[in-house]
Amino acid sequence: MNPVMNKVSFTVNGAARTLEVDTRTTLLDALREHLRLTGTKKGCDHGQCGACTVIVDGRRVNSCLTLAVMHEGGSVTTVEGLGMPDKLHPMQAAFVKHDGYQCGYCTPGQICSAVAVLEEIKAGIPSHVTASLADAPRATNAEMRERMSGNICRCGAYSNILDAMAEVAGQRTAGQQNGKDPA
Amino acid sequence: MRPFTYERATSPADAVAKAASIPGARFIAGGTNLLDLMKLQIETPAHLIDVNGLGLDRIEDTAEGGLRIGALVRNTDLAADMRVRRHYGVLSRALVAGASGQLRNVATTAGNLLQRTRCPYFYDPNQPCNKRQPGSGCSAIGGVTRQLGVVGISDACIATHPSDMAVAMRVLDATVETVRPGGATRAIPIADLHRLPGDTPHVETTLERGELITAVTLPKPVGGAQLYHKVRDRASYAFALVSVAAIVQPDGPNGIAWGRVALGGVAPKPWRVEAAEAHMRQGAKDVTAVLLADARATADNRFKVKLAERTLAAVLIEARG
Repeated sequence: MNPVMNKVSFTVNGAARTLEVDTRTTLLDALREHLRLTGTKKGCDHGQCGACTVIVDGRRVNSCLTLAVMHEGGSVTTVEGLGMPDKLHPMQAAFVKHDGYQCGYCTPGQICSAVAVLEEIKAGIPSHVTASLADAPRATNAEMRERMSGNICRCGAYSNILDAMAEVAGQRTAGQQNGKDPA
Repeated sequence: MRPFTYERATSPADAVAKAASIPGARFIAGGTNLLDLMKLQIETPAHLIDVNGLGLDRIEDTAEGGLRIGALVRNTDLAADMRVRRHYGVLSRALVAGASGQLRNVATTAGNLLQRTRCPYFYDPNQPCNKRQPGSGCSAIGGVTRQLGVVGISDACIATHPSDMAVAMRVLDATVETVRPGGATRAIPIADLHRLPGDTPHVETTLERGELITAVTLPKPVGGAQLYHKVRDRASYAFALVSVAAIVQPDGPNGIAWGRVALGGVAPKPWRVEAAEAHMRQGAKDVTAVLLADARATADNRFKVKLAERTLAAVLIEARG
């Protein structure tokens, strides 16, 4: 069979985009090769490393394990959409402050995942380490470590990543008490 | 990946009609396992039918007091549902013990049941594998078998079913609802969904060509302490060496009124032998003696038999409180 082309339209970082892609194109390749959003990284290309993590319709996903054509009408946020150097997302700023990386290759996926993890905890979604299914989970170190297990860092920056997340989680708690939500 | 045509189904009836009529058609929902295998050309569908728009993504109460879980309910949503957390805790626990947050956000209820084995010989297209290439032989037998099956296996295949969720559903006596080409529906007890390999390990389920899972139903809650213990090589994001799904009704100090148990990581399907549960009061050793009576372990994976007994023993201690 010859390659098959399909049209797909979705929103990426707030902008409407329409692409004509080979049906085999993953969301990851659509972002990097078609839209030139190279912040999102290709690591293993099999859903094992988390470098390709982006946020689709409010949830973090492995963009290497989903087809672009499956996201008609969807909304995608990449690391570029979270923030740029002139206006960093609080999680990006916290990664810089706490040195939450070494080579930086896994960092965009780590940051997208970290932002979504705090939202998942806020939404009350339980994890493997949540002590009681009856209680709402809290942003403890154990919770954040477990929930970040789908993001591998070959340089081993895990403890600094955790410090960055803890800072943002703490800010948010303080912000909410003041009626603001900086995340 | 081989080229394929793609379309979105508009209804379950439309989806099954297309699946029956188009050669090489496959359903795609979350796609996390299917696309992985397509990249390796282990799966080579000529046509993908996207079922994500079919509206099968709700969890509803049933007239019998149970739950009807739509086939497209994502693993994250099922684990977080308050009714599941309260009344079917073993299912929530099994779900959050599996995969990663990113995968659970996408993986569906039906897709989880139908995921393929992670046997490394199945995943390596350079090696013979009866599941991947019927009749080619099994490279796992005589190979590195530490992760592989010890019971329910055959001379043609020793692969395990990798799901955590399915093990919990087996102990909960779930039923799988389907629709077939032509529109007929049926309800399959989860015990009968997955086949043992025998000499046809490539035939993994009792579903017919084009048959679509629409929901999984859970009977009314049975109470009891509901636990899922998963033993694996790292603390998170790894498949089970052995897992134990159990529902145990404690009875006074150190006693057990009744219990149910199913194992993951040891067999080609969630492994439950109801006759073993009569021995629950006697303890883990007696239960696993029946549960794994037919075990055919290798030198590499013999530890799983003892590990299953010890994991169940830990579960029973926790269940008694």
